[in-house]
Amino acid sequence: MKKWWWKILCIVLLVYTVTAGLLLDVPRVRILNETIRNLYFHVCMWFAMMILFTISVVHAVRYLRTNNLKFDILSRQYAVVGMVMGVLGYITGAIWASATWVDPNNSAAASFGAIAREPKLIGAAIALLIYAAYLVLRDSVQDIDKKARIAAVYNIFAFAFLFPSIWIIPRLLPSLHPGGEGSGNPALDFNGLDARMRVVFYPAIIGWTLLGVWIVSLKVRLAYLNEKKLSAL
Amino acid sequence: MIKKMVLCLLFQIPILFAFAQDSSAEMADTFRSNGKIYVVVAVMLVILAGLILYLVRLDRKISKLEKNP
Repeated sequence: MKKWWWKILCIVLLVYTVTAGLLLDVPRVRILNETIRNLYFHVCMWFAMMILFTISVVHAVRYLRTNNLKFDILSRQYAVVGMVMGVLGYITGAIWASATWVDPNNSAAASFGAIAREPKLIGAAIALLIYAAYLVLRDSVQDIDKKARIAAVYNIFAFAFLFPSIWIIPRLLPSLHPGGEGSGNPALDFNGLDARMRVVFYPAIIGWTLLGVWIVSLKVRLAYLNEKKLSAL
Repeated sequence: MIKKMVLCLLFQIPILFAFAQDSSAEMADTFRSNGKIYVVVAVMLVILAGLILYLVRLDRKISKLEKNP
């Protein structure tokens, strides 16, 4: 394995996340109960997605500055794995919401009607769909240089749109999701998050992000091999 | 410097105990006292180990390809 030390770090952090995340003491909060531990898994997916998308847009800008196709490949693979993390975050969020947001006195349809209106869910769905369009757009262009340039420009737009759709608008509207209506950023607020949770939460973010970067590095190396093979033909 | 850091850490300790607890919130206390939560930890660790082993194998294979394609 190439440059293995950060891969070991990733494994250690993830093993720590799972064991400490399930066994250590957490604050007792009504309604959330034991599901508060999802902070180490569900929230970390979104953090990893955000970090991977940021690296992706940086590579897109680097491609536009240098016209080096290497950065185009990097940019695309970071975006794809970022989307995988985002979809996992969405699915885990749905499971979490079905246990904490749903009113057992209402019918399933009424609960769904209330939850489907959540600005955070709609915003996250829009953001992920915009990134899905990135893949469609990129892979529908035949010319290699044109494909790379259009994809890089669109990537910058998609990244810029993340901010209103998942960070700003859900914060302005009333929401069941933490962070609604100007209550700040619940996960990053250093004083709001219990110290017992912070010792697991921060390592968990790093661990899950490194796992994403690891997968990206494998995909990028495969893509390079492919390019080499094509240029040798 | 080290003295300051140690002092800083010492001042953090009371914060660990200072959080108000809502003891009426239901938690998996019985489950934990039965020790069953360890089953979940074991299952999750096995899944994680499987995924990571898969990644390591892929990593090795790609390394081999890079050396002699």
